Amino acid sequence: MDPGSITVADSPLLRYTLRRADDALILGHRLSEWCGHAPMMEEDMALSNMALDLIGQARSLYAYAAEVEAAGRDEDAYAYLRDVTAYGNLLLVEQPNGDFAQTMIRQYLYSAFIDGYWRGLVRSTDATLSAVAAKAEKEAAYHLRHSAEWVIRLGDGTPESHQRAQRALDDLWPFTGEMFAVDASDRSLIARGIAVDTDALRGEWRAMVAQVAARATLILPGDGWMQRGGRDGRHSEHLGHLLSELQFMQRSYPGASW
Amino acid sequence: MAGPTIPLWEVFIRSRNGLAHKHVGSLHAADATLAVQAARDLYTRRGEGNSVWVVPSSAITASDPADKDMMFDPADSKVYRHPTFYDVPDDVGHM
Repeated sequence: MDPGSITVADSPLLRYTLRRADDALILGHRLSEWCGHAPMMEEDMALSNMALDLIGQARSLYAYAAEVEAAGRDEDAYAYLRDVTAYGNLLLVEQPNGDFAQTMIRQYLYSAFIDGYWRGLVRSTDATLSAVAAKAEKEAAYHLRHSAEWVIRLGDGTPESHQRAQRALDDLWPFTGEMFAVDASDRSLIARGIAVDTDALRGEWRAMVAQVAARATLILPGDGWMQRGGRDGRHSEHLGHLLSELQFMQRSYPGASW
Repeated sequence: MAGPTIPLWEVFIRSRNGLAHKHVGSLHAADATLAVQAARDLYTRRGEGNSVWVVPSSAITASDPADKDMMFDPADSKVYRHPTFYDVPDDVGHM
């Protein structure tokens, strides 16, 4: 293990906050990889805007994690100094960008989930999480609209765009089950009105995704075996590579700032 | 890679209620819905407005630059069209 890595205290609220922050940071980082590479300038800006929204959400949540842990850490410590197994993000958000269809399908599947999630979290008894959710929900609502429009156009576009969109949907589908999983740590927070019962969001998500898939002439895969493990730090090979780039500066030049 | 099949749109933003939409630039988008979204992403990142219009550039009919003299020069010599011959009372302040 890198001697510079930190070990974070273990409490349900801290774990919960970090998992959500990690989702936002990792997906935001993935989208930022498109900067300067998108198929057209307009979409380059759209993807970068979404990346900035997500990284902003991550910052708010990491700052709150620092407050909850009260170990004198700042948001950067959680982002830059935790090892891959300490990350609790969904496997879905760490999947590579692939082609534009893969990125947009991933964004759509996540946004369709997280928009409803934030709306639920607005009612959290935790004032900070509720405030973060109120801001994030507006951003997520736009991400959902934007990605849905693209999913429809890619699916119902040319034979090639349809084929790529369908392949992305098939490939990413097994990663969607993890979004709704609830563990014992979550349950203790749900019981206190702090956390959202994500299992209850499944029906609404499914109906929304099915509706857009129908308009996109895409076929939803069957709900077979689902991937899991991200929430507990068991990640796909992709996250380590992502973190090596994300964390490189702080690992090589500890404490460096602009 | 916005090729000839992706049309050009002109973007108009209204910065505040009560003001007119003002032309701010153009962009490429496949259709009107995506054009509105691209306009939002490109032109309202810093709180520039609260309403967006997009218009297909092909729908705009422009004056011919070659007609500039005929079209606009005659207005230059008509000073009486400007309300500059009135004494504005001091109490009115800035007009």
